Amino acid sequence: MKHNDRVGAPSMHKWLWITLMAALPALADESAVKLKDGDGKQTVEANCVACHSLDYIPMNSVFLDRKGWEASVTKMIKVMGAPVRSEDVPVIVDYLVRNYGKQ
Amino acid sequence: MLFDRRGFLKASATGLAVAGTGSVLSAARAADIILGPPALPSGALESAVLDALPGKVPLIKRSYRPPNFETPVRYFNEPYTANNAFFVRYHLAAIPKIDAAAWRLSVGGEAAEKPFELTLEQLKREFEAVEVAAVCQCSGNRRGLSDPHVPGVEWGYGAMGNAAWNGVRLKDVLARAGLKKEALEIVFDGADGPVLDKTPDFVKSVPVWKAVDENTILAYEMNGAALPHWNGYPVRVVVPGWTATYWMKHLTSVQAVSRPFTGFWMEKAYRIPKGKFPIVDRFISQETDANTPITEMVVNSLITNLHEGSVLPAGKAAVVRGIAWDGGYGMREVEVSTDAGASWRPAELGPDLGRFSWRQWTFAILDPKPGTYTVMAKATNRIGASQAFELVFNPAGYHNNVVQRLNVTVA
Repeated sequence: MKHNDRVGAPSMHKWLWITLMAALPALADESAVKLKDGDGKQTVEANCVACHSLDYIPMNSVFLDRKGWEASVTKMIKVMGAPVRSEDVPVIVDYLVRNYGKQ
Repeated sequence: MLFDRRGFLKASATGLAVAGTGSVLSAARAADIILGPPALPSGALESAVLDALPGKVPLIKRSYRPPNFETPVRYFNEPYTANNAFFVRYHLAAIPKIDAAAWRLSVGGEAAEKPFELTLEQLKREFEAVEVAAVCQCSGNRRGLSDPHVPGVEWGYGAMGNAAWNGVRLKDVLARAGLKKEALEIVFDGADGPVLDKTPDFVKSVPVWKAVDENTILAYEMNGAALPHWNGYPVRVVVPGWTATYWMKHLTSVQAVSRPFTGFWMEKAYRIPKGKFPIVDRFISQETDANTPITEMVVNSLITNLHEGSVLPAGKAAVVRGIAWDGGYGMREVEVSTDAGASWRPAELGPDLGRFSWRQWTFAILDPKPGTYTVMAKATNRIGASQAFELVFNPAGYHNNVVQRLNVTVA
């Protein structure tokens, strides 16, 4: 729905969007998802939860090593546009490697 | 066509398949099996639960937001997958609830002569209604079985479903817009989108030749009812034979363009290495030297009434049930082995619901003797393509059609 210049998004998109966003359906309850306790957990939650539920992290375990988790975090920042402060990146990666990484 | 006693005795005698009764799964493990095959990543199995989205029966939750919910295998014993059990897959988490009265479809683009808009009523009234039975399968179905594992939604076997789709031909809609001769691709956008402005919106294109295929439709019903919200209400694209990445949900825009569409989800995502898969349909305007967009589904099959560790009663005839499908060539044959692939016999194919539908099959086992048997099924389509025995590894875990191996105990 984001406007896409290349394909010429139609003018009706804006009002439709407003109409439609008025009633976002409630999802099944993601609050049941609990990450493992450990240093950096709050930084991970604060940076990741805006765009996706935290179950993406345990789902992708245990098979990523440090390089793999670094690549995932980098993709979220560079490709998906996650606004992660540079000083938070090593904190996030360290937490993921320690708690959900292949040692 | 029926499995006979001699076959089982032979398997027992050679020791190929019989492993004693030590492999019977614990009750707890057997209860877990619905959440995915044991080969999924351990964290994917641990974080999966059965949970119901509004309007859906409990499905296997892979992620809550965006919602990615997988259909348990037992639902695939039916020819069509019930709408309330149909799998759910989204990339991006801003998913509006759509008021059908306010919905509009924009048709146009720089390679169309006469852009226009349609209401849902106009779409239904002004174009010929058609129906097509087709498998909708996520490109990454079975990603969780990749070895080594690759990141993504760690699907087991259930990121797929079969439905009878009702709608109108996309070619008829495009004809009203008048495609210019330079039209190269048709670009689809849906009402769902990213949470952040910087996240690439999910926009997909197909080559014009596939868009104007008479089987490619804009569907407003599946299995005789309106599309469920989670499956693209009120209108989604149905691209029979091709993986579900092109089946845009909550469709709002159909645009003809004369240059290859360069959005992230075309240019970078949903790519397969060139030359590794036996694919017929090419998407030439999107190909690079190294890779190409995923297109048609590879031939595949699934055993639907057994799972790893199933126990069958000795001395009673048993039936192995399953489904087989491909990119639209149709099934020629399904073969089943109960001796870990040492010997194969043809299964009996069920009714043909159309070449884009899956085909049910059954395989009777008469008088099975106690023991553990490795059951496998292998489909071959009408152009002679068959399933892989070894994974064709690719970084995104697409096109997994490795022949299943289920260890089943007769006791």
